[in-house]
Amino acid sequence: MSFDVPDDLRYLESHEWLRTESETTRIGITDFAQDELGDVVFVELPAAGDELTAGEAFGVVESIKAVSDIYAPVSGTVTAVNEALFDQPELINEDPFEEGWMLEAELADEGELDELLDADAYRDQIE
Amino acid sequence: MTTYDQASWKDEDDDRHEPLLSEKANERVAIEDSPLPDDLTRDSLELPAPAEPALARHYTRLSQMNYGVESGPFPLGSCTMKYNPSFTEDIAARPEAAVHPDRPDRTVQGTLGLCHRLQDYLGRIGGMDAVTLQPPAGAAGEFTGIQIANAYHQHNGDDRSEVLIPDSAHGTNFATAAMAGYSVVELPSGDDGRVDIDALEAAISEETAALMLTNPNTLGLFERDIERIADIVHDAGGLLYYDGANLNALLGQARPGDMGFDVMHYNVHKTFATPHGGGGPGAGPVGVTEALAPFLPDPHVRQRNGEYEYYRPDHSIGKVHGYYGNWPVLVKAFAYITRLGDAGLADASAKAVLNANYLATQIPYEVPFGPFHHEFVASAGEQDAADVAKGMLDHGVHPPTTKWPETVDEALMTEPTEGESLRSLDQLAAAFEAVHDEDDGTLAAAPTRTAASRIDQVRAARSPRLSWQALDSDQ
Repeated sequence: MSFDVPDDLRYLESHEWLRTESETTRIGITDFAQDELGDVVFVELPAAGDELTAGEAFGVVESIKAVSDIYAPVSGTVTAVNEALFDQPELINEDPFEEGWMLEAELADEGELDELLDADAYRDQIE
Repeated sequence: MTTYDQASWKDEDDDRHEPLLSEKANERVAIEDSPLPDDLTRDSLELPAPAEPALARHYTRLSQMNYGVESGPFPLGSCTMKYNPSFTEDIAARPEAAVHPDRPDRTVQGTLGLCHRLQDYLGRIGGMDAVTLQPPAGAAGEFTGIQIANAYHQHNGDDRSEVLIPDSAHGTNFATAAMAGYSVVELPSGDDGRVDIDALEAAISEETAALMLTNPNTLGLFERDIERIADIVHDAGGLLYYDGANLNALLGQARPGDMGFDVMHYNVHKTFATPHGGGGPGAGPVGVTEALAPFLPDPHVRQRNGEYEYYRPDHSIGKVHGYYGNWPVLVKAFAYITRLGDAGLADASAKAVLNANYLATQIPYEVPFGPFHHEFVASAGEQDAADVAKGMLDHGVHPPTTKWPETVDEALMTEPTEGESLRSLDQLAAAFEAVHDEDDGTLAAAPTRTAASRIDQVRAARSPRLSWQALDSDQ
């Protein structure tokens, strides 16, 4: 089984992804992660304004199989959360890299991005 | 080989099972003379009004579409789904067992005397010096037990921040430790499925408040090194907590107190045949050593000058539940223990262990460890354990617990209990055998002989309907 691993994202070993664009940074969980979890039924996310610390849990994702912490790839401040997930947690299963995004954040230290895995390294990890 | 077809009462038109009572016959009842303000009341209310035969049939049909320990074998591992003898219900329903909780101690000596004797019985069964009957469930007992451990350390000016828990432990252990404010340190199991002494020695420190353990563990294996484990924990100043989940293996055979445990809870619904609840009242008594007794919850029963009385232990952690705990549940546990007596309890555990070990040899699935105590964990191997469970439903038995503990792949955690005869153990083995030989397509479609087939767990979790009004709306 092969999983989608977009080339333009950065990854964490614990299966979160991060996309940096001009103004914002989005964070979510990977295709591999959603497949391992199975059908997601509930998501708990921080609120805008909350602080993220790299490597620490910022939320919880619950599927019919398991409850898992979600870890922050980088430190920073939450600027937006994907509120659609509260009513439609299935978006994480259906479209983990686009509609299923979880947070937007303002980075505290762009240097932390260098610590993350690139797509090739993450692909190696899940294969 | 037993064949099985569950009763099904389904309406062909809407494909729904037995309709709600409110869909059968209703009656509009006028509300007169309510003492409440007008804006809070209605003029009338529509209530179900079936005739008695319709009512009786409704509930009989629902029970026919259910499966319980009164239908057949129920080897749901770790849950100890033993048959609950009905005489305990009769005793708990006697008028003498119905006591108003505000009555003065001297007018309820029989009630307090029963509590005192049950404290004593449980203490002797577990090898504990004092027992509280207050906690209203096993998980509440766990939380109470860890609070007692916490209070003990605090009283000694000993601030500790961690609780050690093996990776195969019940989820409640992790939740209990976290709720009590501790950091959880997970201990990896050794290759033999038991506590890894090296991992324990690496994890233990002056921050260790307690190690939470069940023995036999969740794989049904006795922790042979328990005395050494106790020494390691005690030498570091920590306490050893016993999760009573698997006590049904030990009655009259061995006692947690003798193994070095300092505090334990009893799951009376597992070990002493009180109802498993389903959200209803339960009880989770907690036993402690003498050193921890002053920290027990308030109130505790003692005998003084020939009379029983409630008192508050010197350094009590306070209230964990109202009044006498969940009294009717305690009466049932007391009745069960008294009826079986020392010899009967020891015999129950011996048979529970014999049944588990016999069944483990009779099934076609790999059973990676053993010999076992009251339960064993088989592996479904290449099959999906959840599909195996669904397939077993078609053979008139309840399946084992699946996919847990995670230390065994596709786990089938099986606990037949002492109540099953050789014949019903063989029926269970035949069900395992039949499902083992089934192809994946058939299993994925199972069950087909039950009233309901696969439940849509995702929809149930995403849009739960928690009252009858919710059933009416949003179809």
